[in-house]
Amino acid sequence: MSQTLSTRSLRWCLAGLALAAPWFSAPTLAQEPIKIGSFLSVTGPASFLGDPELKTLEMYIERVNAAGGVLGRKLQLVSYDDAGDAEKARTFATRLIEQDKVDVIVGGSTTGSTMAAVPLAEKAAIPFISLAGAVVIIEPVKKWVFKTPHTDRMACEKVFVDLQARKLSKLGLISGSGGFDKSMRAECLKVAPKYQIDIVADETYGAGDTDMSAQLTKIKNTAGVQAVLNPGFGQGPAIVTKNFKQLGITVPLYQSHGVASKEFIKLAGDAAEGVRLPASALLVAEALPESDAQKKVLVSYKQSYEGKFKSDVSTFGGHAYDGLMLAVEAMKKAGSTDKAKVRDALEATKGYMGTAGVVNMSANDHMGLDLTAFRMLEVKGGNWVLVK
Amino acid sequence: MSAELAQYLTTGVTVGAVYALVALGFSLIYNASHVINFAQGEFVMIGGMSAVSLVATGMPLILAVPLAIGITVLVGMLLEKFAVEPARGASVVTLIIITIGASIFLRGLAAIVWDKKLHALPAFSGNEPISFVGASVQPQSLWVLGATMLIVLALAWFFGRTRVGKGMLATSHNRLAAQLVGINVRRVLLLSFAVSAGLGGAAGILVAPITTTSVDVGVMLGLKGFAAAVLGGLGSGPGALVGGFVLGIVESLCAGYISSAYKDAIAFVLMLGVLFFLPSGLMGKRAADRV
Amino acid sequence: MSHYRSSRHHGLIALAAIIALLPLVLSNKYFYDVAILIGFNAIVCIGLNLLIGYAGQISLGHAGFFGLGAYASAILTGNYGWPPVIAALAGMAGVGSLAFLAGRPILKLKGHYLAMATLGLGIIISLVIVNQDRLTGGPDGITVGPFSVLGFALENERAWYWFIGGLLLLTVWLSQNLIDSPMGRALRALHSSEVGAQAAGINAAAHKLQIFVLSATFAAGAGSLAAHYSGFITPAKAGFIHSVELVTMVVLGGMASIYGAVVGAAVLTLLPQILTVLKDYEMVVLGAVMMATMIFLPRGLVPSLAALCERWRDLLPPSLVLRLEALIGRGRKP
Repeated sequence: MSQTLSTRSLRWCLAGLALAAPWFSAPTLAQEPIKIGSFLSVTGPASFLGDPELKTLEMYIERVNAAGGVLGRKLQLVSYDDAGDAEKARTFATRLIEQDKVDVIVGGSTTGSTMAAVPLAEKAAIPFISLAGAVVIIEPVKKWVFKTPHTDRMACEKVFVDLQARKLSKLGLISGSGGFDKSMRAECLKVAPKYQIDIVADETYGAGDTDMSAQLTKIKNTAGVQAVLNPGFGQGPAIVTKNFKQLGITVPLYQSHGVASKEFIKLAGDAAEGVRLPASALLVAEALPESDAQKKVLVSYKQSYEGKFKSDVSTFGGHAYDGLMLAVEAMKKAGSTDKAKVRDALEATKGYMGTAGVVNMSANDHMGLDLTAFRMLEVKGGNWVLVK
Repeated sequence: MSAELAQYLTTGVTVGAVYALVALGFSLIYNASHVINFAQGEFVMIGGMSAVSLVATGMPLILAVPLAIGITVLVGMLLEKFAVEPARGASVVTLIIITIGASIFLRGLAAIVWDKKLHALPAFSGNEPISFVGASVQPQSLWVLGATMLIVLALAWFFGRTRVGKGMLATSHNRLAAQLVGINVRRVLLLSFAVSAGLGGAAGILVAPITTTSVDVGVMLGLKGFAAAVLGGLGSGPGALVGGFVLGIVESLCAGYISSAYKDAIAFVLMLGVLFFLPSGLMGKRAADRV
Repeated sequence: MSHYRSSRHHGLIALAAIIALLPLVLSNKYFYDVAILIGFNAIVCIGLNLLIGYAGQISLGHAGFFGLGAYASAILTGNYGWPPVIAALAGMAGVGSLAFLAGRPILKLKGHYLAMATLGLGIIISLVIVNQDRLTGGPDGITVGPFSVLGFALENERAWYWFIGGLLLLTVWLSQNLIDSPMGRALRALHSSEVGAQAAGINAAAHKLQIFVLSATFAAGAGSLAAHYSGFITPAKAGFIHSVELVTMVVLGGMASIYGAVVGAAVLTLLPQILTVLKDYEMVVLGAVMMATMIFLPRGLVPSLAALCERWRDLLPPSLVLRLEALIGRGRKP
């Protein structure tokens, strides 16, 4: 009988929860908080993006509130975990807009989840600052959609410029099969001719692959390869870097901004030595010259994050910081949380100094970063250093 | 043999050894209980993550490895006791969902106990690559192969020479008969989960220095190990070994000579081919249940 | 089983009433959205339950069919300008043919082997979708235009709600007819004893194949519509995890119960929305709920509930039972 009792009570609990859900909305207060809505890939394959992003949002919303909030009101974070699933992202975006009635959305860890939510933000006329990389998010320009990270096309261009400087032109590509990897690979293939770069090898590896030496052997034996670029994130690039060293390949190896964290060096170990990648200056914050206008913001964010979470800062958390701060600045400038005014203020952002670089938005640029925002970094002595 | 081919083969053998260990785990549990344990990949993850976190506390590798395997074995036994045992006699699909639920549960729990980041385990004996007929091999690959051999020998001894092992084999052939001759079938079930978790844990620890580890590492390894087990003939020990190595080598050759994009699909196309044409697997003896 | 059949019209009417009255509590688009998702999942699950519950065949690859339907719609309407209805029908026909071809060798397998083969098929489909990125947009997905029937575009949630609600009722009605047809009886006979059924002259292979093709077609159709509704589709919808979700809905709701499939779809679509309050513990609780239901209610929610009602009924005095049954208008066949 105890079995039936427990199952019965379980069933009642579920039914009760299902019925109670619609009435979960918060009671109305005299001074209502400003609601920042967010959907992030906190679990699943893109959790290395969503996890630092959520931590950053939580930490800085607390800070802004401790400093008196915005427009005399407190900020309140409403966040959901889409687990990297675009359909979940769409449902959660609907929930943020319709149910939670948030004032602005800062979120969307991956391009897929962002793109699934874009039509909703456009239809509901709500400012949406995405934290995902691909160009499609802001090209063509969408009225209500902005983004903080550099695009993958810029990462390709930065690498190509560096290749030109080193007088190298024959590049081998090895990329993963995730959204980030595939999108960057496609962009690199697209812009390569502009920089007179020849893609002579184009290999891929699967999610969860444990060894990439077969693909790398193929690249190694391709005639004329002068450098290798690995668009990808997570486990893949660390394995590629190790296999690269193991196979004794001597041409320069470039990684993407997808592994822009000290974690990558820890994972790849000695093999990471000499690897270059394009990234924001966040990873080398302390080493920047005092004259660098970005230094203050970077050092402050880096130290706060590493101090609070005892883990290495990544540029992804920085994107969330930029997104939140851009929204806060825009609300201050607009003097209200009126969605249209905040949107206009966002579009008019000029000279905002973020972790990704200086942001100058305009009606036809909803990201506002240029190539100077990217720095070329290299691993030397187990640490990131600026090239030159 | 060209250096290129040698490289593909050594790579394939290393990856194959890992698949084989996971596949062995699948087969062991399948034999004892006719359950396909979709949480097998999670054992790989728990082994690797436990070892990483133990090493991080400053424990020497030589202690951390057996302890991490011990933790995995314990998780395997708890899983059997609290999720599989109470559902004995349930239908195939019910048991599949229970083990899938268990894998979601364990992954969620691991994300809370540890974190969602990637972790590296130091290689057991350095990173200096070794040259072998023109191919270069990581020392850790030799560890993987050596340990897999040892584990296989130990298993062979266990099932061929010990009373408990023979009892487990007997149970897998005929449960009722085994019960009648006085074998404790419940204990056999528990033991099969324990050994299988140990295998998975060992695999997770052995590859962690090569691949790094995280809470999601078990998902794909579990599916590949599953494909390997089916390839060799589900429930057959030698089959799991052959399936694992064949899968690893075919994948590597496919990535090298055909297309790296469709390398993963090859594993499952192979599995389908075997199911259609050799339903008892490459090494299976008993006929599979066919109409 | 008998009381399901006797109450089939009551069930359909009750479902229609729920669909008709639900908008009274759906206070905004978000609730509509969740209700519509339940509808899509329920349609797929009813098809899948015909296969799992009635024909006794497992499929761990149904999301592959769902995904193919979705991508067929996305690509045919987006790249080739086909009208959405034609594209959806073409997708269903294509998936049906694929299921027909693949089903012949696959359905010769049983139990675990069948599970593995369908799992493999599903994974191959999703890998092809991920890798054919020129056509499918790769892992980042692809945008899908709005759906329109005879020039009438389904633009807002309300229109979709009524459309999906109607479609769900149609699916339930069709499936009930199928179950009560000679084919349905043959299927049930197969499920209880394949050898016995064959001895009685039932062509097992042909029936299983028909039901496999039918349920794959259901999944493809729902996939097409879901893609149009979402406006965006990613390969995750064709992946192994989605397949598992679908099977879990069927088993959780109750195998061999059409309303079980609907209830299972509703519970498992709502659950993640409710569990968001748990944050980090979401996965742990979801996994635990899956295990617990399967351990304690291996027959699923609806059949277990029905059994529970029967048991309560036996505890009540017979006169009360008669009066109650007169009240709800349901007699029980002896």
